[in-house]
Amino acid sequence: MHISEGVLPAATLVAGAALAVGGISLGLRKLDQERLPQVALMAAAFFVASLVNLPAGPARVHLVLNGLLGLLLGWSAFPAIFVALALQALLFSFGGLTTLGISTFNMAFPAVVAHWLCGPWARGGNSQLALVAGFGAGFLGVALSALLVALSLLTAGEDFLGAAHLILAAHLPVMLVEGLVTAAAVAFLRRVRPAMLAWDR
Amino acid sequence: MHLETLAHGHSLFHRLDPRGKLAVALAYSLVMATGQSAWAGGAGLGLCLAGCLAARLPGRELLKRLAAVNAFTALLWVMLPWQVYPAGDGWLGLRHHPPGIFLAGMITLKANAIVLGLTLLLATSTVNQVFHALAHWRISPRLLQVFFFFYRYLHVLHREWHRMHQAARARGFQPRTSWHTYRTYAYLTGGLLVRSYDRAQRVYQAMLCRGFQGTYWLLDHFQWQRRDDYFLLWGGLLVALLLVLELAA
Repeated sequence: MHISEGVLPAATLVAGAALAVGGISLGLRKLDQERLPQVALMAAAFFVASLVNLPAGPARVHLVLNGLLGLLLGWSAFPAIFVALALQALLFSFGGLTTLGISTFNMAFPAVVAHWLCGPWARGGNSQLALVAGFGAGFLGVALSALLVALSLLTAGEDFLGAAHLILAAHLPVMLVEGLVTAAAVAFLRRVRPAMLAWDR
Repeated sequence: MHLETLAHGHSLFHRLDPRGKLAVALAYSLVMATGQSAWAGGAGLGLCLAGCLAARLPGRELLKRLAAVNAFTALLWVMLPWQVYPAGDGWLGLRHHPPGIFLAGMITLKANAIVLGLTLLLATSTVNQVFHALAHWRISPRLLQVFFFFYRYLHVLHREWHRMHQAARARGFQPRTSWHTYRTYAYLTGGLLVRSYDRAQRVYQAMLCRGFQGTYWLLDHFQWQRRDDYFLLWGGLLVALLLVLELAA
Protein backbone atom coordinates (compact mmCIF):
# COMPACT_ATOMS: atom_id res chain seq x y z
CA MET A 1 0.00 0.00 0.00
CA HIS A 2 2.19 2.77 -1.25
CA ILE A 3 1.40 6.33 -2.13
CA SER A 4 3.81 7.48 -4.79
CA GLU A 5 5.87 10.58 -4.26
CA GLY A 6 4.60 13.93 -5.43
CA VAL A 7 1.01 13.38 -4.28
CA LEU A 8 0.87 14.32 -0.62
CA PRO A 9 1.28 17.88 0.67
CA ALA A 10 4.30 18.82 2.80
CA ALA A 11 2.24 19.02 6.01
CA THR A 12 1.10 15.39 5.67
CA LEU A 13 4.64 14.21 4.91
CA VAL A 14 6.05 16.02 7.96
CA ALA A 15 3.28 14.75 10.25
CA GLY A 16 3.77 11.20 8.95
CA ALA A 17 7.52 11.38 9.46
CA ALA A 18 7.10 12.69 13.02
CA LEU A 19 4.63 9.93 13.91
CA ALA A 20 6.89 7.31 12.37
CA VAL A 21 9.94 8.57 14.27
CA GLY A 22 7.94 8.40 17.50
CA GLY A 23 6.75 4.85 16.80
CA ILE A 24 10.19 3.66 15.72
CA SER A 25 11.90 5.02 18.83
CA LEU A 26 9.23 3.38 21.04
CA GLY A 27 9.78 0.13 19.18
CA LEU A 28 13.57 0.33 19.44
CA ARG A 29 13.54 1.19 23.14
CA LYS A 30 12.15 -2.26 23.91
CA LEU A 31 14.96 -4.02 22.05
CA ASP A 32 18.01 -5.29 23.86
CA GLN A 33 21.02 -6.86 22.14
CA GLU A 34 19.42 -10.29 22.08
CA ARG A 35 16.03 -9.25 20.73
CA LEU A 36 17.39 -6.98 18.04
CA PRO A 37 18.36 -9.79 15.61
CA GLN A 38 15.02 -11.47 16.35
CA VAL A 39 13.05 -8.43 15.21
CA ALA A 40 15.25 -8.00 12.15
CA LEU A 41 14.99 -11.63 11.06
CA MET A 42 11.26 -11.81 11.68
CA ALA A 43 10.91 -8.60 9.62
CA ALA A 44 12.83 -10.36 6.84
CA ALA A 45 10.53 -13.39 7.10
CA PHE A 46 7.48 -11.14 6.83
CA PHE A 47 9.00 -9.38 3.85
CA VAL A 48 9.59 -12.68 2.06
CA ALA A 49 6.13 -14.04 2.89
CA SER A 50 4.42 -10.86 1.67
CA LEU A 51 6.03 -11.20 -1.76
CA VAL A 52 3.61 -14.01 -2.50
CA ASN A 53 0.29 -13.38 -4.14
CA LEU A 54 -2.66 -15.62 -3.47
CA PRO A 55 -5.67 -16.42 -5.63
CA ALA A 56 -8.92 -14.77 -4.50
CA GLY A 57 -11.63 -15.64 -7.00
CA PRO A 58 -10.58 -14.35 -10.43
CA ALA A 59 -8.00 -11.91 -9.03
CA ARG A 60 -4.80 -12.37 -7.07
CA VAL A 61 -4.07 -10.52 -3.86
CA HIS A 62 -0.84 -9.64 -2.14
CA LEU A 63 -0.59 -10.46 1.52
CA VAL A 64 0.26 -7.47 3.70
CA LEU A 65 0.63 -9.44 6.95
CA ASN A 66 0.85 -6.33 9.13
CA GLY A 67 -1.81 -7.70 11.48
CA LEU A 68 0.24 -10.84 12.19
CA LEU A 69 3.42 -8.77 12.45
CA GLY A 70 1.74 -6.53 15.02
CA LEU A 71 0.43 -9.51 17.02
CA LEU A 72 3.97 -10.84 17.36
CA LEU A 73 6.07 -7.70 17.65
CA GLY A 74 3.88 -4.97 19.19
CA TRP A 75 5.59 -1.58 18.93
CA SER A 76 8.61 -3.21 17.32
CA ALA A 77 6.40 -3.49 14.23
CA PHE A 78 7.43 0.12 13.56
CA PRO A 79 11.16 -0.52 12.99
CA ALA A 80 10.34 -3.83 11.25
CA ILE A 81 8.06 -2.16 8.70
CA PHE A 82 10.36 0.84 8.35
CA VAL A 83 13.35 -1.26 7.29
CA ALA A 84 11.25 -3.15 4.76
CA LEU A 85 9.93 0.06 3.19
CA ALA A 86 13.36 1.72 3.28
CA LEU A 87 14.85 -1.24 1.43
CA GLN A 88 12.20 -0.96 -1.27
CA ALA A 89 12.96 2.74 -1.62
CA LEU A 90 16.70 2.10 -1.86
CA LEU A 91 16.66 -0.87 -4.19
CA PHE A 92 13.62 -0.40 -6.37
CA SER A 93 13.08 3.36 -5.95
CA PHE A 94 9.62 2.18 -4.95
CA GLY A 95 7.65 4.34 -2.53
CA GLY A 96 10.44 6.86 -2.25
CA LEU A 97 12.20 8.75 0.52
CA THR A 98 9.75 11.53 1.32
CA THR A 99 6.79 9.17 1.80
CA LEU A 100 8.77 6.76 3.98
CA GLY A 101 7.44 8.26 7.21
CA ILE A 102 3.77 8.38 6.33
CA SER A 103 3.84 4.91 4.73
CA THR A 104 5.54 3.43 7.80
CA PHE A 105 2.89 4.93 10.04
CA ASN A 106 0.01 3.86 7.78
CA MET A 107 1.15 0.24 7.95
CA ALA A 108 2.66 0.00 11.43
CA PHE A 109 0.04 1.80 13.50
CA PRO A 110 -2.70 -0.69 12.50
CA ALA A 111 -0.26 -3.44 13.47
CA VAL A 112 0.08 -1.98 16.96
CA VAL A 113 -3.71 -1.59 17.21
CA ALA A 114 -4.10 -5.26 16.25
CA HIS A 115 -1.63 -6.10 19.00
CA TRP A 116 -3.61 -4.21 21.65
CA LEU A 117 -7.07 -5.37 20.58
CA CYS A 118 -6.50 -8.95 19.47
CA GLY A 119 -3.24 -9.92 21.20
CA PRO A 120 -4.71 -10.96 24.57
CA TRP A 121 -7.27 -13.27 22.90
CA ALA A 122 -4.76 -14.69 20.42
CA ARG A 123 -2.52 -15.69 23.34
CA GLY A 124 -5.36 -16.69 25.67
CA GLY A 125 -6.49 -20.15 26.73
CA ASN A 126 -9.51 -20.49 24.41
CA SER A 127 -8.39 -21.70 21.00
CA GLN A 128 -11.73 -20.87 19.31
CA LEU A 129 -11.44 -17.28 20.50
CA ALA A 130 -7.81 -17.23 19.37
CA LEU A 131 -8.92 -18.07 15.82
CA VAL A 132 -11.41 -15.21 15.90
CA ALA A 133 -8.76 -12.87 17.30
CA GLY A 134 -6.35 -13.94 14.54
CA PHE A 135 -8.97 -13.23 11.89
CA GLY A 136 -9.67 -9.89 13.55
CA ALA A 137 -5.98 -8.94 13.62
CA GLY A 138 -5.46 -9.74 9.93
CA PHE A 139 -8.69 -8.06 8.86
CA LEU A 140 -8.11 -4.99 11.03
CA GLY A 141 -4.48 -4.57 9.96
CA VAL A 142 -5.41 -4.25 6.30
CA ALA A 143 -8.66 -2.38 6.89
CA LEU A 144 -7.09 0.30 9.08
CA SER A 145 -4.11 0.63 6.72
CA ALA A 146 -6.40 1.12 3.72
CA LEU A 147 -8.37 3.68 5.73
CA LEU A 148 -5.22 5.58 6.73
CA VAL A 149 -3.95 5.55 3.14
CA ALA A 150 -7.33 6.87 1.95
CA LEU A 151 -7.30 9.59 4.62
CA SER A 152 -3.71 10.57 3.71
CA LEU A 153 -4.82 10.92 0.09
CA LEU A 154 -7.71 13.13 1.13
CA THR A 155 -5.28 15.56 2.79
CA ALA A 156 -4.05 16.25 -0.77
CA GLY A 157 -7.46 17.66 -1.67
CA GLU A 158 -11.02 16.61 -2.50
CA ASP A 159 -9.94 15.67 -6.00
CA PHE A 160 -8.71 12.42 -4.49
CA LEU A 161 -12.10 11.39 -3.08
CA GLY A 162 -12.67 8.93 -5.94
CA ALA A 163 -9.22 7.38 -5.61
CA ALA A 164 -9.67 7.07 -1.84
CA HIS A 165 -12.98 5.20 -2.33
CA LEU A 166 -11.36 2.93 -4.88
CA ILE A 167 -8.52 2.04 -2.51
CA LEU A 168 -10.95 1.05 0.23
CA ALA A 169 -13.06 -1.03 -2.17
CA ALA A 170 -10.04 -2.73 -3.74
CA HIS A 171 -8.80 -3.84 -0.32
CA LEU A 172 -12.04 -5.55 0.74
CA PRO A 173 -11.01 -8.97 -0.66
CA VAL A 174 -7.51 -8.48 0.76
CA MET A 175 -8.99 -7.94 4.24
CA LEU A 176 -10.89 -11.23 4.06
CA VAL A 177 -7.97 -13.29 2.73
CA GLU A 178 -5.62 -11.65 5.20
CA GLY A 179 -8.00 -12.42 8.06
CA LEU A 180 -8.21 -16.11 7.10
CA VAL A 181 -4.44 -16.46 6.65
CA THR A 182 -3.70 -14.68 9.93
CA ALA A 183 -6.22 -16.84 11.82
CA ALA A 184 -4.58 -20.03 10.49
CA ALA A 185 -1.09 -18.67 11.23
CA VAL A 186 -2.10 -17.90 14.82
CA ALA A 187 -3.46 -21.43 15.21
CA PHE A 188 -0.17 -22.78 13.81
CA LEU A 189 2.01 -20.70 16.14
CA ARG A 190 -0.12 -21.63 19.18
CA ARG A 191 0.57 -25.27 18.49
CA VAL A 192 4.19 -25.03 17.34
CA ARG A 193 5.71 -22.12 19.23
CA PRO A 194 3.34 -20.39 21.67
CA ALA A 195 6.28 -18.44 23.16
CA MET A 196 6.52 -16.40 19.97
CA LEU A 197 2.99 -15.07 20.42
CA ALA A 198 4.04 -13.82 23.87
CA TRP A 199 7.26 -12.31 22.54
CA ASP A 200 6.25 -8.75 23.38
CA ARG A 201 4.96 -9.45 26.87
CA MET B 1 16.78 -13.24 -5.40
CA HIS B 2 19.19 -10.76 -6.96
CA LEU B 3 18.35 -7.33 -5.69
CA GLU B 4 21.19 -4.94 -6.37
CA THR B 5 20.73 -5.04 -10.13
CA LEU B 6 22.16 -1.58 -10.80
CA ALA B 7 24.78 -1.27 -8.07
CA HIS B 8 27.68 -2.71 -10.03
CA GLY B 9 28.97 -0.47 -12.78
CA HIS B 10 31.87 1.75 -13.59
CA SER B 11 30.25 5.10 -14.28
CA LEU B 12 31.00 8.27 -12.32
CA PHE B 13 27.76 7.78 -10.40
CA HIS B 14 28.86 4.34 -9.25
CA ARG B 15 32.18 5.69 -7.97
CA LEU B 16 30.87 8.73 -6.07
CA ASP B 17 30.84 8.71 -2.28
CA PRO B 18 27.42 7.45 -1.12
CA ARG B 19 27.25 10.20 1.51
CA GLY B 20 27.25 12.91 -1.14
CA LYS B 21 24.77 11.00 -3.29
CA LEU B 22 22.43 10.45 -0.36
CA ALA B 23 22.51 14.15 0.58
CA VAL B 24 21.71 15.26 -2.96
CA ALA B 25 19.02 12.57 -3.34
CA LEU B 26 17.31 13.70 -0.16
CA ALA B 27 17.32 17.39 -1.12
CA TYR B 28 16.14 16.57 -4.63
CA SER B 29 13.26 14.38 -3.39
CA LEU B 30 12.09 17.04 -0.96
CA VAL B 31 12.11 19.81 -3.56
CA MET B 32 10.40 17.69 -6.21
CA ALA B 33 7.82 16.02 -3.97
CA THR B 34 6.49 19.24 -2.48
CA GLY B 35 6.73 21.39 -5.62
CA GLN B 36 3.84 22.45 -7.84
CA SER B 37 5.67 23.66 -10.94
CA ALA B 38 5.54 21.68 -14.17
CA TRP B 39 8.74 23.42 -15.32
CA ALA B 40 10.68 22.18 -12.32
CA GLY B 41 9.21 18.70 -12.76
CA GLY B 42 10.19 18.64 -16.43
CA ALA B 43 13.68 19.96 -15.68
CA GLY B 44 14.21 17.34 -12.94
CA LEU B 45 12.96 14.56 -15.21
CA GLY B 46 15.28 15.71 -18.02
CA LEU B 47 18.31 15.99 -15.75
CA CYS B 48 17.84 12.58 -14.18
CA LEU B 49 17.13 10.92 -17.51
CA ALA B 50 20.35 12.41 -18.87
CA GLY B 51 22.18 11.18 -15.76
CA CYS B 52 20.77 7.65 -16.14
CA LEU B 53 21.88 7.57 -19.78
CA ALA B 54 25.33 8.91 -18.87
CA ALA B 55 25.66 6.23 -16.18
CA ARG B 56 24.67 3.64 -18.80
CA LEU B 57 22.00 2.11 -16.60
CA PRO B 58 20.26 -0.73 -18.45
CA GLY B 59 17.03 0.47 -20.08
CA ARG B 60 15.06 -2.65 -19.17
CA GLU B 61 15.71 -2.13 -15.48
CA LEU B 62 14.73 1.55 -15.70
CA LEU B 63 11.52 0.70 -17.55
CA LYS B 64 10.62 -1.88 -14.91
CA ARG B 65 10.91 0.76 -12.18
CA LEU B 66 8.94 3.31 -14.17
CA ALA B 67 6.25 0.71 -14.86
CA ALA B 68 5.89 0.08 -11.10
CA VAL B 69 5.36 3.74 -10.24
CA ASN B 70 3.09 4.34 -13.21
CA ALA B 71 0.79 1.54 -12.13
CA PHE B 72 -0.10 3.93 -9.32
CA THR B 73 -0.30 7.06 -11.48
CA ALA B 74 -2.51 5.23 -13.99
CA LEU B 75 -5.05 4.90 -11.20
CA LEU B 76 -4.94 8.68 -10.78
CA TRP B 77 -5.47 9.24 -14.51
CA VAL B 78 -8.61 7.14 -14.28
CA MET B 79 -9.94 8.61 -11.05
CA LEU B 80 -8.94 12.28 -10.91
CA PRO B 81 -10.73 13.61 -14.02
CA TRP B 82 -14.05 12.59 -12.46
CA GLN B 83 -15.78 13.99 -9.44
CA VAL B 84 -18.28 12.10 -7.36
CA TYR B 85 -21.65 13.82 -7.18
CA PRO B 86 -24.73 12.88 -5.20
CA ALA B 87 -26.78 10.27 -7.02
CA GLY B 88 -28.76 11.32 -10.08
CA ASP B 89 -26.43 14.11 -11.13
CA GLY B 90 -24.31 13.30 -14.21
CA TRP B 91 -23.41 9.85 -15.49
CA LEU B 92 -23.38 7.29 -12.65
CA GLY B 93 -23.14 10.23 -10.26
CA LEU B 94 -19.80 11.14 -11.85
CA ARG B 95 -19.06 14.40 -13.55
CA HIS B 96 -16.16 15.31 -15.80
CA HIS B 97 -13.66 17.51 -14.01
CA PRO B 98 -11.00 18.83 -16.40
CA PRO B 99 -8.53 20.26 -13.79
CA GLY B 100 -8.12 16.66 -12.58
CA ILE B 101 -6.29 15.80 -15.80
CA PHE B 102 -3.75 18.53 -15.12
CA LEU B 103 -3.31 17.30 -11.54
CA ALA B 104 -2.79 13.70 -12.70
CA GLY B 105 -0.25 14.87 -15.28
CA MET B 106 1.60 16.90 -12.68
CA ILE B 107 1.84 13.97 -10.26
CA THR B 108 2.94 11.60 -13.00
CA LEU B 109 5.71 14.01 -13.98
CA LYS B 110 6.97 14.46 -10.42
CA ALA B 111 6.73 10.77 -9.51
CA ASN B 112 8.69 9.70 -12.60
CA ALA B 113 11.30 12.41 -12.02
CA ILE B 114 11.82 11.25 -8.46
CA VAL B 115 12.03 7.56 -9.34
CA LEU B 116 14.68 8.29 -11.96
CA GLY B 117 16.57 10.50 -9.50
CA LEU B 118 16.58 7.89 -6.76
CA THR B 119 17.56 5.19 -9.22
CA LEU B 120 20.47 7.27 -10.44
CA LEU B 121 21.68 8.31 -7.00
CA LEU B 122 20.80 5.46 -4.65
CA ALA B 123 20.45 2.28 -6.69
CA THR B 124 23.99 2.82 -8.04
CA SER B 125 25.38 2.09 -4.55
CA THR B 126 25.15 -1.25 -2.81
CA VAL B 127 22.78 -1.37 0.14
CA ASN B 128 25.69 -1.90 2.51
CA GLN B 129 27.38 1.25 1.24
CA VAL B 130 24.23 3.22 1.96
CA PHE B 131 24.06 1.71 5.49
CA HIS B 132 27.60 2.76 6.11
CA ALA B 133 26.95 6.23 4.78
CA LEU B 134 24.08 6.51 7.26
CA ALA B 135 26.25 5.14 10.06
CA HIS B 136 28.81 7.87 9.34
CA TRP B 137 25.98 10.36 9.79
CA ARG B 138 25.27 8.94 13.26
CA ILE B 139 21.72 7.83 12.49
CA SER B 140 20.30 5.74 15.39
CA PRO B 141 22.76 2.82 15.59
CA ARG B 142 20.06 0.39 16.73
CA LEU B 143 17.89 1.14 13.74
CA LEU B 144 20.85 0.58 11.45
CA GLN B 145 21.61 -2.72 13.16
CA VAL B 146 18.03 -3.87 12.56
CA PHE B 147 18.47 -2.80 8.95
CA PHE B 148 21.78 -4.65 8.68
CA PHE B 149 20.46 -7.98 10.04
CA PHE B 150 17.27 -7.60 8.02
CA TYR B 151 19.16 -7.23 4.76
CA ARG B 152 21.80 -9.82 5.64
CA TYR B 153 19.24 -12.57 6.27
CA LEU B 154 16.63 -11.56 3.72
CA HIS B 155 18.32 -13.70 1.08
CA VAL B 156 18.76 -16.63 3.45
CA LEU B 157 15.09 -16.59 4.41
CA HIS B 158 14.03 -16.20 0.80
CA ARG B 159 15.90 -19.39 -0.06
CA GLU B 160 14.29 -21.10 2.90
CA TRP B 161 10.85 -19.97 1.73
CA HIS B 162 11.59 -21.19 -1.77
CA ARG B 163 12.58 -24.61 -0.43
CA MET B 164 9.40 -24.93 1.67
CA HIS B 165 7.30 -23.80 -1.29
CA GLN B 166 8.97 -26.33 -3.60
CA ALA B 167 8.31 -29.07 -1.05
CA ALA B 168 4.63 -28.14 -0.93
CA ARG B 169 4.43 -28.19 -4.72
CA ALA B 170 6.22 -31.51 -4.89
CA ARG B 171 3.42 -32.92 -2.75
CA GLY B 172 0.91 -31.70 -5.32
CA PHE B 173 -0.14 -28.39 -3.75
CA GLN B 174 -1.90 -26.08 -6.19
CA PRO B 175 -3.08 -22.64 -5.07
CA ARG B 176 -6.82 -22.07 -5.49
CA THR B 177 -9.42 -19.89 -3.85
CA SER B 178 -9.94 -22.20 -0.93
CA TRP B 179 -9.51 -22.49 2.82
CA HIS B 180 -6.97 -25.23 2.15
CA THR B 181 -4.79 -22.84 0.11
CA TYR B 182 -4.97 -20.08 2.70
CA ARG B 183 -4.20 -22.49 5.51
CA THR B 184 -1.24 -23.90 3.60
CA TYR B 185 0.20 -20.42 3.03
CA ALA B 186 -0.45 -19.54 6.66
CA TYR B 187 1.48 -22.62 7.78
CA LEU B 188 4.32 -21.80 5.38
CA THR B 189 4.42 -18.26 6.77
CA GLY B 190 4.29 -19.55 10.33
CA GLY B 191 7.04 -22.06 9.55
CA LEU B 192 9.23 -19.35 8.08
CA LEU B 193 8.65 -17.17 11.15
CA VAL B 194 9.65 -19.98 13.51
CA ARG B 195 12.78 -20.60 11.45
CA SER B 196 13.68 -16.91 11.39
CA TYR B 197 13.22 -16.71 15.15
CA ASP B 198 15.40 -19.75 15.78
CA ARG B 199 18.02 -18.52 13.37
CA ALA B 200 18.14 -15.15 15.13
CA GLN B 201 18.86 -16.96 18.37
CA ARG B 202 21.68 -18.99 16.79
CA VAL B 203 23.11 -15.85 15.16
CA TYR B 204 23.15 -14.08 18.51
CA GLN B 205 24.78 -17.05 20.26
CA ALA B 206 27.43 -17.23 17.54
CA MET B 207 28.11 -13.52 18.02
CA LEU B 208 28.53 -14.04 21.76
CA CYS B 209 30.94 -16.91 21.09
CA ARG B 210 33.06 -14.57 19.01
CA GLY B 211 33.30 -12.07 21.83
CA PHE B 212 30.48 -9.69 20.86
CA GLN B 213 30.24 -6.88 23.39
CA GLY B 214 27.63 -4.63 21.84
CA THR B 215 29.78 -2.79 19.29
CA TYR B 216 29.23 -3.11 15.57
CA TRP B 217 32.43 -2.13 13.82
CA LEU B 218 32.38 -0.22 10.57
CA LEU B 219 34.60 -1.87 8.02
CA ASP B 220 34.10 0.48 5.08
CA HIS B 221 35.55 3.94 5.42
CA PHE B 222 34.87 5.97 2.36
CA GLN B 223 37.48 8.25 0.92
CA TRP B 224 35.94 11.64 0.22
CA GLN B 225 37.61 12.85 -2.96
CA ARG B 226 37.83 15.93 -5.09
CA ARG B 227 35.14 14.58 -7.46
CA ASP B 228 32.73 14.27 -4.52
CA ASP B 229 33.22 17.95 -3.76
CA TYR B 230 32.38 18.78 -7.36
CA PHE B 231 29.39 16.46 -7.33
CA LEU B 232 28.03 17.99 -4.13
CA LEU B 233 28.56 21.48 -5.54
CA TRP B 234 26.87 20.75 -8.88
CA GLY B 235 24.15 18.62 -7.37
CA GLY B 236 23.42 21.33 -4.81
CA LEU B 237 23.34 24.01 -7.51
CA LEU B 238 20.95 22.03 -9.70
CA VAL B 239 18.61 21.32 -6.77
CA ALA B 240 18.74 25.03 -5.88
CA LEU B 241 17.87 25.82 -9.50
CA LEU B 242 14.86 23.50 -9.30
CA LEU B 243 13.85 25.23 -6.09
CA VAL B 244 14.06 28.63 -7.81
CA LEU B 245 11.86 27.31 -10.63
CA GLU B 246 9.35 26.14 -7.99
CA LEU B 247 9.34 29.45 -6.18
CA ALA B 248 9.02 31.42 -9.41
CA ALA B 249 5.90 29.45 -10.35
